[in-house]
Amino acid sequence: MSTTVDFPIHNPVEDILRMDRIPTIWCPGCGIGTSVNSFAYALLSTGIELKKVAIVSGIGCSGRVSGYTKMDSFHVTHGRAIPFATGLKLANPELTVVVYSGDGDLTSIGGNHLIHAARRNMDLLVVCVNNMIYAMTGGQAAATTPGAAISTTTPYGSFEPELNIAHLVDAAGASFVARWTVFHVKMLEKTMKEALSKKGFRFIEVLSPCPTLYGRRNNLADGLAAMKDYKERSKIRNGAPTHETALVQGGEIVVGKFVDRERPDYLTLMRQQLGANYHPLPPQPDENPEAGVAKEDCCSC
Amino acid sequence: MTHANPNSVLTGTHFMNGDAACCEGLLAAGARFAAGYPITPSTEVVERFAARTPKTGGLFIQMEDELAASIAIQGMVWAGEKSFTVTSGPGFSLMMEHIGYAAMTETPCVFVDVQRGGPSTGLPTLPAQGDMMQARFGSHGDYLTIALVPDSPQECFDLAVESMNLAERFRIPVMFMMDECVGHMTEKVVIPPAEQIPVYPRRRTTKKPGEYLPFAPGEDLVPEMAHAGEGHGLFVTGLTHDDRGYPLMNPAQQHKLVNRLFDKILRAADDLVMVEEEGMEDAEAVVICYGITSRVARRGIQLAREKGHKVGLMRLKCVWPFPEKLVHGLAGRMKAIVVPELNLGQVVLEVERCAAGQCRVIRLPHAGGTVHKPADIVAAIERGMA
Ligand code: SF4
Repeated sequence: MSTTVDFPIHNPVEDILRMDRIPTIWCPGCGIGTSVNSFAYALLSTGIELKKVAIVSGIGCSGRVSGYTKMDSFHVTHGRAIPFATGLKLANPELTVVVYSGDGDLTSIGGNHLIHAARRNMDLLVVCVNNMIYAMTGGQAAATTPGAAISTTTPYGSFEPELNIAHLVDAAGASFVARWTVFHVKMLEKTMKEALSKKGFRFIEVLSPCPTLYGRRNNLADGLAAMKDYKERSKIRNGAPTHETALVQGGEIVVGKFVDRERPDYLTLMRQQLGANYHPLPPQPDENPEAGVAKEDCCSC
Repeated sequence: MTHANPNSVLTGTHFMNGDAACCEGLLAAGARFAAGYPITPSTEVVERFAARTPKTGGLFIQMEDELAASIAIQGMVWAGEKSFTVTSGPGFSLMMEHIGYAAMTETPCVFVDVQRGGPSTGLPTLPAQGDMMQARFGSHGDYLTIALVPDSPQECFDLAVESMNLAERFRIPVMFMMDECVGHMTEKVVIPPAEQIPVYPRRRTTKKPGEYLPFAPGEDLVPEMAHAGEGHGLFVTGLTHDDRGYPLMNPAQQHKLVNRLFDKILRAADDLVMVEEEGMEDAEAVVICYGITSRVARRGIQLAREKGHKVGLMRLKCVWPFPEKLVHGLAGRMKAIVVPELNLGQVVLEVERCAAGQCRVIRLPHAGGTVHKPADIVAAIERGMA
């Protein structure tokens, strides 16, 4: 006798995932999937038409996010998710363009693009999963690795201070800057929703454990231990000046929404400045089937 | 084929330099969006584009570096537009990774390289043709591109249109290999009426979401394209991928995909032979050249003919893919082939390979900074005929 019970269980996040690519490559205890869960709920709650959402990722464990989502997904080169997303947004302003990538990708190899997209106030939401390590390549030190932490390339501890990304993008002019950990799933979801509904350059840093390659070498060997650590060390300080939000090993983790300012985004400014001189997108002949067909006989092609 | 949009075409007879003509060509070919980063001697192309775009409905964005410019244009393409970037040697080197990305993801776009002396910073304001092999092999891994080389401002217009058309036809990055002389030379440029400029439209799919496989090849091995925002849930990756675009990293798929990227161009190689011949009827020797060097070669040939040597000229407008059969056949009929180029021997390697020992191949290298002297060409011809 069959024991199968037909309970159609539908997890709402399935609506934005490529279920044919699940399970993911992520390790047990990894926080990337948790952040994607918050993102899925946030996106669904905005009511934005999914067809008009594009996700761009660079390279790395977090760089795989775009490929697990069902929206138009672009997995580009290492560090270049932001400039690709910039091109996408400029050429089709109707799109909601989200960059979802890791700390190594966005702040080291792609650091220049991060600064300039914030300065331009390009209309992008950037979600930066910060696991403080190069995970995909096996656990090398990143610009975000806290000083003294052990990695494969800093076996005696890192000799460099870590980068405070929130402070950097704030200084460069981002419209919206927030930070949560994957312990704060509901706050993260709420912040993501808010950021999705805003225009301009929006940056959300999500601290996320990498038990496999960071935790193991730094006394946070399982995902649960990392969550407890986040819970204990986090302090919510909305509106905190970003220069006070540095992440120091073992120190306080300041979380919350730090910056929310109004500033015209790139395209708005361009249209304002060009005024009547700008002729937005007259149709090309191939977009008009009649013109295309009619002319086919008359040119020498 | 369709034709150019009159909004973007500056029909008429102009006196303009090669950089300006290149810009007009790309506009006529349908590029409304571009990204770039300033670098001599190429910047005039995008300066003009930036001035022209508000009226043509697109935009130019100056990015923070060439890495950004060369991938931003690909974002523009996947949003549904035609796009290009412009650079010179050092910037071209930085763009290599994204030329590979465009090849792998079959993103149609044009990379304009106004060549200057190298290596490294080299001679920013002086000509060379030292990036020819880089145009072919610069990015890592195996891929094929098409490289067109103009020798006049008029051709900067004509071949810029052709570059964009070929990019769309094959869904590849096309290299448009100008040089400082051609870019800065000012001559008459005739821009035809829009309806006389054939434009290859984007190969958009008519399939519905769910039916459409973004990387399933058509008969000519080129897949149909869809854009972000059209409901197809595209997945575009630089990883080795299957017809859905999903990563599939195994030897069998690698073999299938990379060979297809090659074959879609190799199959059309005969179509891509674009040469100009002069004085070949009675020729016993030929000067094979391209770009600015061909203008000196013409004078050299004239002088050699005055001395009684029967020499012809074959100018390559499309250097990659190399016209192998043509050069092989030619070598069988000639006493000598002379190859002047503003590098220390790049395209001549292909000439030697294709000539396969049937005739003498005389190298005429030049490190760049200026052009050959006609007398050097004459001397090389005489060496070949001796
Ligand atoms: S290596 Fe680290 S970041 Fe990558 S999937 Fe595993 S836990 Fe996550």
